[in-house]
Amino acid sequence: MPFSFFPIVFGVILGTLARYLMLKSDYRHYPSYPHGIITHISLGFIAAVLGSVAVPALMAKEFAAVSFLALAAQQFREVRTIEREMLLNLDKSELVQRGPDYIEGIARVFESRNYLVILTSLVVSTVTLFTHWIFGFAAGALAVMASNRLMSGRRVGDIAQVRTGDIQFKGANVFVEDIHIMNIGADEAREILQKRGVGVVIEPVNDNERETLGNNGQRMAIAHDAASQLGIYKDVDTPEFTPLVRRDLDTGRIAMLIVPIEKDPEFLIMAVKGVPVLESATGKPLKSRAGKLAED
Amino acid sequence: MQVSISKVILAAVTLEPGKVAGSIPTFLVNEREEQQKIAQYLGRILEGVVHDLENGVLIIVKH
Repeated sequence: MPFSFFPIVFGVILGTLARYLMLKSDYRHYPSYPHGIITHISLGFIAAVLGSVAVPALMAKEFAAVSFLALAAQQFREVRTIEREMLLNLDKSELVQRGPDYIEGIARVFESRNYLVILTSLVVSTVTLFTHWIFGFAAGALAVMASNRLMSGRRVGDIAQVRTGDIQFKGANVFVEDIHIMNIGADEAREILQKRGVGVVIEPVNDNERETLGNNGQRMAIAHDAASQLGIYKDVDTPEFTPLVRRDLDTGRIAMLIVPIEKDPEFLIMAVKGVPVLESATGKPLKSRAGKLAED
Repeated sequence: MQVSISKVILAAVTLEPGKVAGSIPTFLVNEREEQQKIAQYLGRILEGVVHDLENGVLIIVKH
């Protein structure tokens, strides 16, 4: 069936390109260049092939070929497992750990991006098959833009007010505003905290977000991202400078005490606002009747 | 962050011998400066955090 050759190739090319565009090597420094990129581009290529052949195969009455899509889904679920295991192993050597929830979120993104590639190349090859390749290109670009739009989740800045908070010492205990952070026994550590530490208070905008921020995984993600962007004044033998995120039980506010290398509170706030809200952490008590009625 | 559930007291540094009992390695010291120094050293060596119980006892805890 030479008539469908061009749509398939075109779909594969655009699908792979879409996967490449979705691979953003940002401050999280993941995936690592170049091997991680090669792995994911190759998988993206396979996904693109599968997506592109689906409709031409249907038209050629090759139903067995279409059922391979189901097989592919299994393969990409494997991607998620691999990513999760690798990140969990690597997390042990991080000074400030990502935490399992954040890793699960990243792994899920890797899986779902392959499905987006399948969808993109499916759209491209179908549109190209029935119309002109220009429309196919436009449809592909539209699909990529739409998926980028839909896939970019909320950030902490959208669900909470973020501001700095005073660090206070009462005896051996350290507080950010009135939220107890930890007990510090060493004078030297207390001095460093006083001199270099920054307190951040994150106030949820409503009860839903209170639950989201209460999630331990979400808090670890905040600590990790803040530390990875501003640097962390910590080594393996000074665990007392691990950024701690604690919760005010009365109001659901959370407070973080962090000792960044760069003491720039405004940029720290910027970093905290940019932390993604984890899908797994999102709570919606206001959607329930009891939660709605209990709100005050 | 609470990554593991195992929080262990690795050692205690005390000004008052009677205040620590049990099987914890305990270092007796005579004055506050010495206590701070020993606790700091132990904290670094054991990769633990020094906590103050505010009764003259410092403990080093693995988090």
